[in-house]
Amino acid sequence: MVVPEIAVLRFGLGARPGDLGNAAGDPRGWLRAQTRGAVARAGDTALASSAEIFAAVLAAREERQEMRRAAANDSDAVKLELNVLRDAYMPHYRAQVLARARSAALTTQPFAERLVHFWSNHFAVSADKGAIYGVAGTLENEAIRPHVNGRFIDLLTAVEQHPAMIAFLDNQYSVGADSEAAQFAARHNAKRQFGINENLAREILELHTLGVNGGYSQADVTSFAQIITGWSIGGGKGRLAGGETGRFYFRDNMHEPGTKVFMGKPYAQDGQAQGEAVLADLARQRSTAGFIATKLARHFIADDPPPAAVGRIAQAFLRSGGDLPQVYAALIESPEAWNADARKFKTPEDFVFSALRSLNVAPREPEEVIRSFELLGQRQYTPGSPAGWGDTAKNWDGSDSLMQRVIWATRVAERYDQGVDPVDLAASSLGSYARPDTLTALRRAASGSQALALLLMSPDFQRR
Amino acid sequence: MHWPMSPLTRRRFLLGSGGLALSAAIPNALFAYTGGSSRLVVVIMRGALDGLAAAPPYADPDYASLHRELAIAAPGAADGALKLDNSFGLHPALTFLHERYLGGELLVFHAVASPYRDRSHFDGQNVLENGLTKPVGSADGWLNRALAAMPRSAHVSERAVAVSQNVPLILRGEAPVLSKSPLATPDVDEDLLSRLADLYSKDDWFSARLSEAVQTEKLTDASGGMNANQAPPAGSAMTGKPPAVDRITGIARMAGTLMKSEGGPQIAVLEATGWDTHANQGGAKGVLAQRLAGLDRALRTLAEELGALWPQTAVLVVTEFGRTAAMNGTRGTDHGTGGCAFLAGGAIRGGRVIADWPGLSHAALLDNRDLRPTLDLRSVFKGVLDEHMHVDTKTLDSRIFPDSSNARPLQGLMRS
Repeated sequence: MVVPEIAVLRFGLGARPGDLGNAAGDPRGWLRAQTRGAVARAGDTALASSAEIFAAVLAAREERQEMRRAAANDSDAVKLELNVLRDAYMPHYRAQVLARARSAALTTQPFAERLVHFWSNHFAVSADKGAIYGVAGTLENEAIRPHVNGRFIDLLTAVEQHPAMIAFLDNQYSVGADSEAAQFAARHNAKRQFGINENLAREILELHTLGVNGGYSQADVTSFAQIITGWSIGGGKGRLAGGETGRFYFRDNMHEPGTKVFMGKPYAQDGQAQGEAVLADLARQRSTAGFIATKLARHFIADDPPPAAVGRIAQAFLRSGGDLPQVYAALIESPEAWNADARKFKTPEDFVFSALRSLNVAPREPEEVIRSFELLGQRQYTPGSPAGWGDTAKNWDGSDSLMQRVIWATRVAERYDQGVDPVDLAASSLGSYARPDTLTALRRAASGSQALALLLMSPDFQRR
Repeated sequence: MHWPMSPLTRRRFLLGSGGLALSAAIPNALFAYTGGSSRLVVVIMRGALDGLAAAPPYADPDYASLHRELAIAAPGAADGALKLDNSFGLHPALTFLHERYLGGELLVFHAVASPYRDRSHFDGQNVLENGLTKPVGSADGWLNRALAAMPRSAHVSERAVAVSQNVPLILRGEAPVLSKSPLATPDVDEDLLSRLADLYSKDDWFSARLSEAVQTEKLTDASGGMNANQAPPAGSAMTGKPPAVDRITGIARMAGTLMKSEGGPQIAVLEATGWDTHANQGGAKGVLAQRLAGLDRALRTLAEELGALWPQTAVLVVTEFGRTAAMNGTRGTDHGTGGCAFLAGGAIRGGRVIADWPGLSHAALLDNRDLRPTLDLRSVFKGVLDEHMHVDTKTLDSRIFPDSSNARPLQGLMRS
């Protein structure tokens, strides 16, 4: 049965008071209405752009070098040096994490917001790589939000040309062996030997488009890495001068010239267009459609995604040429997604965001959010690898995790217990998903805050 | 394949020497009295460690020219390797491991790999952990399947712990396991826990996890209130630092504390990240050197924490695959195949490098780029499970590592 609880709790981010009522008339229509246009951030947190942050970090690096020269043997200076960089990127990380939580808590388009999170995790960058600590969150806001409801190829291109992705997967200094830059260096007997770095090319194929068994070989990885040599970031000094600081910049002099063969097809385009032509072909591949469909079905339907639903979503992807609203429509129409018995165990993100929405509160301090996710084991923007966070219960169901959730629920309950009848709160946040056992436990609780903690930790709330 | 001018010689695997080879034939019952005394720690280095930097084959004639500025110099040179033998050394950051080597408590395996031959981290880690020859096909890990096959020990129910919030694939499966992370955990209200237990009573999935969590809390409480003394996690909001290389030290300390507590687990799994050094890897100093120093400190901490248990401990340190033999265009290394692994501990018959070294000449490399593996990592795993944890070899070949009959268990890894 198509019930509003599934639309709001599984497809969305949890129910703020009134959400279940809003979706009640036409749950599918409520979801479809959110699949149009760019997805703006809710909340009012001001954020700097990736270009501004890259520029600030670059300036801090130069300042640090100055300090190193000035105080070569002073150990206090070393600490100061570290502070210079940290002060440059830390405020941005904090602001991005707060903005993300506020948007999740406040948005009136929670399905679209979940899709933003889904793609952000599909195209994961990780802030534990120091070089991108300050810009990890900008990829989601600058490359993903504008294209979530557009065409896959536009989303893909925006992501692969975003400076955070380029820097995360080390493409900015990947240089073709026969490029101008390499030949210049060879003529001048430069010590440094130039060459490619395969990282971005491999992960585009394995994690962003075709999937690991998508039909490419090591030779294709190497060839694709040659094709995207020169995809870099503007700014810098000496040979790296050129382009706008902190923005995508194609460095023609690093690009490996000539036609290359990738997956059996020759690509003769010049420069930047060669890589874009490969992305366009990747976005049309059957393997890509199947890989994206599987991940969507796993995220929205079940850890073991039902093959029939995957097939329908993949078909919609191929038929529409990767038009994402049509892909989402196939997901929404899939009867498997509306099976109330097959529920997903919430990730820490799901848990925190749905708790905030249920309590109708939005955090104001970054520390509150940062500490929450540190405790629960999903430090924001740090999945630790380009594969992103795991999307099945097995990734999150350790016994220690459950205890951390109890601790977090206790703290939140103490903070936000405002005398709301817990049974009423169960109704507005879970609707018919609140089982009689849970309601009984809430009624018998020793205190309002204990009832709230029990609600948040109930199996009904811990699944979506 | 051979280099006449080199001091390196092809080595042979150790063949079982007399008495040790018998152990497989002795029924497990004979070991029952020691069944609960062996300790095993598995450290998974996620991201693919560069084995040619961690255990440099400094005498190989092609090493320095391929690895270029990432190469570690020969022992005796400035910033040179810590000498193991006339062929291999250790990265200079691995001082604790080197001490253990000299003390006869470290084995270094080289040109080793799991059966996985592609270059995806995530598939590579799956194969490392699922014990199969392919990345899909099992939701269980080989160490969990091994748990069921180990001689029973009366006084503990859950014998393995993942020192993390969640259980990595290697330990997932039917045998119950604990998970515990080194985060400061304030006391949880007992009344709330008992009400939750009640609320979960009709939901087996939640019920099982809650009772495990409560049991683990008791273990750490009994071991001297380490929660109160625990430093905040590295990389916390308070310090504002990116996750530090020393996070693994806190994890190692927690592992030792849990294992030495009354009724504590026999087996622990730890995870260390940050090995995917595609750019600016560094040589004797630099990013990888810092990671290795962090790992080395963590292993030292683990040994200190285990204290009296160290003589019966084996610590296995492994990664999903190695990295390219040649430095790439961004002063790093790309995904490769063969690499190195370590086995340390008081129970180890160490002080040896076990490598059937294929060489790094162009012809010897796999796909013209990677160290060619000559030793199956499963042979190491099976050797440890056989000699140290007394799992019978038949079960090893069938249930725990299916399709592994070609990967014979290495023998003579342990002191008898």
